[in-house]
Amino acid sequence: MTAIQTQAPAVDQEEMRRARSQRLERIGRWVVPLAIMVLAIWLWDRICVWNEIPQYILPRPGVVLQTLYNDAGLLFGSLLVTLKITFLSLLLAVIGGVGLSVLFAQSKWVEMSFFPFAVVLQVTPIVAIFPLINIYVDNQTAKLLLCAWIVAFFPILSNTTLGLNSVDRNLRDLFRLNGATRWQELWHLRLPAAMPYFLGGLKIAGGLSLIGAVVAEFVAGASGQSSGLASRIIEAGYRLNAPRLFAALILISLTGIVIFLVLSLVSHLILRRWHESALKQEG
Amino acid sequence: MEYIKAATPAIAGSGGPLLALRAVGKSFSNGVTALSDVNLTIREGDFVSFLGPSGCGKSTALRIIAGLTTPTTGTIDWPRRTGEQASVGFVFQEPTLLPWASVFDNVWLPLRLKGVSRSEAAPAVAKMLERVHLTGFEKAVPRELSGGMRMRVSIARALVTRPRLLLMDEPFAALDEITRFKLNNDLLELWQEERFTVVFVTHSVFESVFLSNRIVVMAARPGRVFEEVAVDAAYPRDEAFRTSPDYAALCRRASDVLGEAMRINSSGAA
Repeated sequence: MTAIQTQAPAVDQEEMRRARSQRLERIGRWVVPLAIMVLAIWLWDRICVWNEIPQYILPRPGVVLQTLYNDAGLLFGSLLVTLKITFLSLLLAVIGGVGLSVLFAQSKWVEMSFFPFAVVLQVTPIVAIFPLINIYVDNQTAKLLLCAWIVAFFPILSNTTLGLNSVDRNLRDLFRLNGATRWQELWHLRLPAAMPYFLGGLKIAGGLSLIGAVVAEFVAGASGQSSGLASRIIEAGYRLNAPRLFAALILISLTGIVIFLVLSLVSHLILRRWHESALKQEG
Repeated sequence: MEYIKAATPAIAGSGGPLLALRAVGKSFSNGVTALSDVNLTIREGDFVSFLGPSGCGKSTALRIIAGLTTPTTGTIDWPRRTGEQASVGFVFQEPTLLPWASVFDNVWLPLRLKGVSRSEAAPAVAKMLERVHLTGFEKAVPRELSGGMRMRVSIARALVTRPRLLLMDEPFAALDEITRFKLNNDLLELWQEERFTVVFVTHSVFESVFLSNRIVVMAARPGRVFEEVAVDAAYPRDEAFRTSPDYAALCRRASDVLGEAMRINSSGAA
């Protein structure tokens, strides 16, 4: 047991140092990455100027920004198409992933029988599957959705399955003692217990659904059937329009970052009252 | 749900038999015999402690009584059990609360599973929380509470259905001594007022003597009842009892019996 600390009138040097370093760290967490980013962009600009690199090889950051502004109508229109696929596929991944994991949780046998299929679907590169999808599915949107879904659903399925199976044994006994039905146990115990796992999977799936959407557009776009951001990139590549290529690329990464931040926030808001992962560290 | 109201709280276990274990044994598939030939009658209003070393099967016995495990041999008789499932409350070694649910929702849970709505359950939950001195904490979630308070929530949850029998599996083992004493006192008070029956599993001689009117001392390998010690000190028992010579003498006796139970075990193993 620790001794009770009496009120120290003197200033504790060590504590002061620790408080100072904590304060510095709080500020540094934002300032340092920002400074590095600014430095990198500045270097990029300088390299273009110093080496007299032509714009169609490597455009200066300013030019990229200008293109982003000039081509805003075209680029954001395409972004909207990509976003639609991304969110729809994420939604389907949530429904499919959670639905399948609930099914898996009903019996070890179901899980053992069907989990390998999910793994096969996950490990086979989507680019390799796409030609098949292209043959079997006519609707363009459905094609892209299916592709993005295959990429995104696995982390949700795998995490939620783990969560549903990680329920405290005593709590399960408690439910049994109180005569809970299967459905009650699922609803009041297993699903809430799986929530942190599900949200972890969702964070990964959010990024993957964007990647899935873009990759699907790429493969589909090669045959000139898409109007998403990927097709803008392909187009710009053919025309050696490097500034637009960069602008589209930046839009995609920004979208990915926003998706990640939003899902992190959602996760934090849901878990902050009870889950260890959302606890602030106490000094 | 009706249970025997004892006229005086001073006499424990004065009711008729609540349940009887007859030649109960339990063997696991790995060949370990957790329990062998346990015969024991628990009366209405009893406060029975199972005291013994690790591996003596006291938790297994508790799980068998709860119906969480089926015995390999023997039977359990519930003489007055009416048709439906016996009403049993269970308190685990850990508080075992739903971490995402508020104190209110945790205590409501057993009623909720029986189809009682939030508003219907509210008076019973509020009363139970008052009994365990947690009024005002309804909206807190478990991690905002101390270990002792969590255990109080767990006890309130076990008692909210007004069970005739409360089973407790080393509930206070993880708490510090001060909190433990306080919870011992409060548990006794609750027990005397509500007149349910308690089966209490513990490692602690002192705790078992303070709480119970009967101590069932168990021996290990195989788990079995070694000897029963009657604690005939009157209730209510309070802090004064804790420091009385009577208490010390009873502790010594229980401790001697436990010592014998463990000696037999070690000579048997040698």
